[in-house]
Amino acid sequence: MKIRNHRDFWAGVMFLVFGLLFIVLSQQYTLGTAAKMGPGYFPTVLGGIMALLGLLIAAGGLGASAQSLRIDRMQLRPITLILGGVLLFAFTLPRLGMVLSLVLLIGISALATHEFRLRDTLISIVVLIALAWVVFVWGLELQFPVWPPFLTK
Amino acid sequence: MGELITNLGIGFTAAMAGQNLLYCLIGVIFGTLVGVLPGLGPLATIAMLLPATYKMTDPTSALIMLAGIYYGAQYGGSTTAILVNLPGETSSVVTTLDGYQMARRGRAGPALAIAAIASFIAGTFATFLLAAFAPPLAELAFKFGPAEYFALMVLGLIAAVVLAHGSVVKALAMVVLGLLFGMIGTDVNSGTARFSFDVPELSDGIEFAAVAMGMFGFAEIILNLEQKENREVFTSKVKGLMIKWVDFKEAFPAIVRGTGLGSVLGILPGGGAVLASFATYAMEKKLSKHPEEFGKGAIRGVAGPEAANNAGAQTSFIPMLTLGIPTTPVMALMVAAMMIHNIQPGPQVMSSNPTLFWGLIASMWIGNLFLVVLNLPMIGLWIRLLTVPYRVLYPAILLFCCIGAYSINNNVFDVFMTIPFAILGYVFKKLDCEPAPLLLGFVLGKLMEEYLRRALTISRGDATVFFTRPLSATLLGLAILLLIIVFLPAINKKREEAFQGD
Repeated sequence: MKIRNHRDFWAGVMFLVFGLLFIVLSQQYTLGTAAKMGPGYFPTVLGGIMALLGLLIAAGGLGASAQSLRIDRMQLRPITLILGGVLLFAFTLPRLGMVLSLVLLIGISALATHEFRLRDTLISIVVLIALAWVVFVWGLELQFPVWPPFLTK
Repeated sequence: MGELITNLGIGFTAAMAGQNLLYCLIGVIFGTLVGVLPGLGPLATIAMLLPATYKMTDPTSALIMLAGIYYGAQYGGSTTAILVNLPGETSSVVTTLDGYQMARRGRAGPALAIAAIASFIAGTFATFLLAAFAPPLAELAFKFGPAEYFALMVLGLIAAVVLAHGSVVKALAMVVLGLLFGMIGTDVNSGTARFSFDVPELSDGIEFAAVAMGMFGFAEIILNLEQKENREVFTSKVKGLMIKWVDFKEAFPAIVRGTGLGSVLGILPGGGAVLASFATYAMEKKLSKHPEEFGKGAIRGVAGPEAANNAGAQTSFIPMLTLGIPTTPVMALMVAAMMIHNIQPGPQVMSSNPTLFWGLIASMWIGNLFLVVLNLPMIGLWIRLLTVPYRVLYPAILLFCCIGAYSINNNVFDVFMTIPFAILGYVFKKLDCEPAPLLLGFVLGKLMEEYLRRALTISRGDATVFFTRPLSATLLGLAILLLIIVFLPAINKKREEAFQGD
């Protein structure tokens, strides 16, 4: 048995794992009966359906007739810098305020592309923060600190 | 007929109210903007703006604006398709075939004009169709019990899966995964917090906007950045936006046929604008006396699909507005917007919120008018926007998504939640799994469970109830039939061909 369609096989495995995970997690809730469904009933049924679909998909990637397909290589730079920027933004917004957390978000995420240009990024930071100020602070009056709270207190 | 006019009267009065008119305008301008920009779709934009609508006091304004973004994006998408040979939206993929060829032959002006006119004619027709068909459908929906609703949701989800592109089994698994994610949070019946791992924020469930932003906003950005960008803007000046009578006469039959086919396909779950434009192009090519002209700048190849995608975009509101069942991810976002304002989507919306219902319908016609009047003169601005490089664009998208996510509950928790969904969205794409069906399942999860529970409680646990009640049996029968059809080898092949350009 050889994996021919890697995308199908691993997608199937993923669904199988998710299905089993939901089945296991659902067992801590009352199952009930069909006439009196408990909170665990529907998730257990769905988890079972998904595990079956997962098996079906994974099996489809194994057969000799399956199309030979590999999974595209993952590039580390975009995903870590984009999501790292978002993570840092969420962490710093209440602690450092909107302006500094946006500098971090825009600065870090801008590095994710191969075509990074410092001048453009600096302009982006200034323009986007001004825009965010007008739209979110002044326009929608959102509740978050604009400057680091420890400075303004 | 008299009733229709009264109803549309209510609608136009509501839609013409100063504030709503303004939101309609904002919506269509935003829509065109994201339609023009490749790499930013209406789904991500609506998810981005959804939190802003929570702050609006009037849900009518909110829905009018979000709807405007949706059909506005169809307009904008065709501009990019014609001028850059790059579809701004998936529904304008076919427009690139002949639209770009027209532009290359110096006929960019007529191509843009006929696309706008075709969209307007189709939009007008579809608006009236929506107004005429919504009441009888809602009437029918009042006969529905829990069993029928459950069956209808099964049919809706299966049809959405069958008509979407890609593997049907994978899409089914994505729907189920969406349903399961929808289970997260407090169970209304027992009060148990399910799958919340003692995180208080999770006991309220996962925010829909956070899921959509992560999967469609962030994951898209990451995937776009993995590819090298090559975008060549058609720099030659666009002239002659006034269309010649001969061109219009040539295109008109295609507009009529595209409108008809698009309207019908739009109502079908999952069909919407994309399928409509593909099907119409194929039909026009078959019907044409000169099929060899297609792909070389045939005006009918632009007019037909453009009419179809706009008509389809409009009529895909029918199942959402009358039955409360979203058939496309964008409609799922609309449902989320309604629920935020404590409006339970379903057949009762028409009687309980007539100004919202009819106002939204009327606003679509007004929005279409705005699009024609505004877009043709503003074409220069849109062209200039196309030259904005992606490296400048994506940090702005990130910023609006992040602050948008925060503003849902004034809590950074929802910003954190976008990250796992971005990773999931990224993995799904790498494994050839379309994330759209997951979103449909996510919105319907709790509702489906509730209807299943009620139906089975009434029948004392007897599952045959779904097949002994005629309406529910018909709906489920249709769902099964669809599944059988799609797995027949011959049909399966045809289906793959229909989506090959996607």
